[in-house]
Amino acid sequence: MLSIDGVLLDFKRLDSLATGDSAIHRLDPRAKVLVTLVFIVTVVSFGRYELTAMVPFFIFPAVIIGLGNLPAGYIARKVALLCPFALIVAIFNPVFDREVLVQLGPLAVTGGWISCASIVVRAALTVGAAIILLAVTGFPAICRALERLGMPQAFAVQLLFLYRYIFVLTEEGGRVSRARALRSYGNRGLGMKAYGSLLGNLLLRTWLRAERIHMAMLARGFTGEFHTRREFRFGGRELVYFLGWSALFITLRLQNAPRLLGALVTGISR
Amino acid sequence: MSHHIVEVKNLRHVYPDGTPALRDISFRITHGESVAIIGANGAGKSTLLLHLNGYLAPTSGEIRIGDFPMSKATLPDIRRTVGMVFQDPDDQLFMPTVYDDVAFGPMNLGMPGPDVEARVRDALQRVGAGHLQEKAPYHLSGGEKKRVAIATVLSMSPDILVMDEPTNGLDPFARRQLMGLLKDFHHTKIFTSHDLDMVLELCERTIILNEGAVKADGPTREIFRDEALLAGCRLEKPLSMQGCPVCGK
Repeated sequence: MLSIDGVLLDFKRLDSLATGDSAIHRLDPRAKVLVTLVFIVTVVSFGRYELTAMVPFFIFPAVIIGLGNLPAGYIARKVALLCPFALIVAIFNPVFDREVLVQLGPLAVTGGWISCASIVVRAALTVGAAIILLAVTGFPAICRALERLGMPQAFAVQLLFLYRYIFVLTEEGGRVSRARALRSYGNRGLGMKAYGSLLGNLLLRTWLRAERIHMAMLARGFTGEFHTRREFRFGGRELVYFLGWSALFITLRLQNAPRLLGALVTGISR
Repeated sequence: MSHHIVEVKNLRHVYPDGTPALRDISFRITHGESVAIIGANGAGKSTLLLHLNGYLAPTSGEIRIGDFPMSKATLPDIRRTVGMVFQDPDDQLFMPTVYDDVAFGPMNLGMPGPDVEARVRDALQRVGAGHLQEKAPYHLSGGEKKRVAIATVLSMSPDILVMDEPTNGLDPFARRQLMGLLKDFHHTKIFTSHDLDMVLELCERTIILNEGAVKADGPTREIFRDEALLAGCRLEKPLSMQGCPVCGK
């Protein structure tokens, strides 16, 4: 069963991956954020019947997982968890788009099926890239990188606070829901009604906590401006990392690598 | 130095809904004193503490911290002078890492980078948390959180340390560790607590609040000997001053 506590533990694991120490972890977060952005944009920009051309893009997550010492199975499970949502988006394509594009012997593959598969692959690639970015960079560093790249500070601070207190909030939510479950004796309790006041309770607690945090900030001289350490260095390695990956993605986008490879192989055999 | 003096004169506070929380409170705490403010739940302890760094404004009465009378203009100085450690460290630790959290105060004071770093290192060392500096607050244990919360305040080098329920929720070992730590501070210290044994060990003076008024103010040992007074304020003798539970002596 998917419990709030379980989700929290899982989240903490992703967070602790970011404290690893590998060549990828040590790169300036800005380089990693930019590469991920280029990756996502190129993957998303493919035409809707494109499928084979996207396959080479799996090299990016594979290489980063390898170099960053990430647990591949864990990342794959996280991606698999989100795939059903992509499938819901794509599921009607085969119904509406019945034009046959490929004939594999007796099997006629319609455009709908191809675009459906294309959407799922796209989702797996982009979600995977985002999770990997999170695992090798850590959320706070991503926020700071985005801020340095021009995102307004107010957004960055909001995101940081969101991330900091999501742990506290889920813990509180977990406690409240456990208290409800323990007193509903395996039944559905009071149903939706109980959830209404439960959420209200959580909102009030959040409100009070926000007030106390503000108090703690004021007590330490907060005047509305957020100062953070500036220790980023966008050096040669970052530049190589960024330019290398971007060049690869753009080449793969413009040239259909599997088709080239296929042409090469069939050309030789001929 | 008159820096470390806290003076409260005829302080009254009425909450916006009309509940009187503090009625005519007066006391004076001088340099280096360690004072406990105790009382039943709802006696007004937290409300009083929130006045000491200007988060709440008195309905009437006067507060002086060191040389400054409390006013809007002196608020930044007062907040630097009074280091406030809140009861729940999760409220106090809001930055992504321990380092950032301890650096938050000094950075707000506009210190240059190297000074900030020195202060952070020093503050973390004093609470024995130097090894935690790159950790995220939600990965810390309760005792660690508490010590880091104290470091966030120490890094601003306050003259007066105010703590709300410092030993609340700590295991016996962490509580002992914290008490040892607090004993070594030479600041003026003000604690609120229900942990009367801690009060007995750390504070030579105790102020009892009852229903928003000062019921007693004097040496801790004398106050804890007065059983009638304690019972009247919903308190009791600290366990270490009560008889042995086995032989009754």
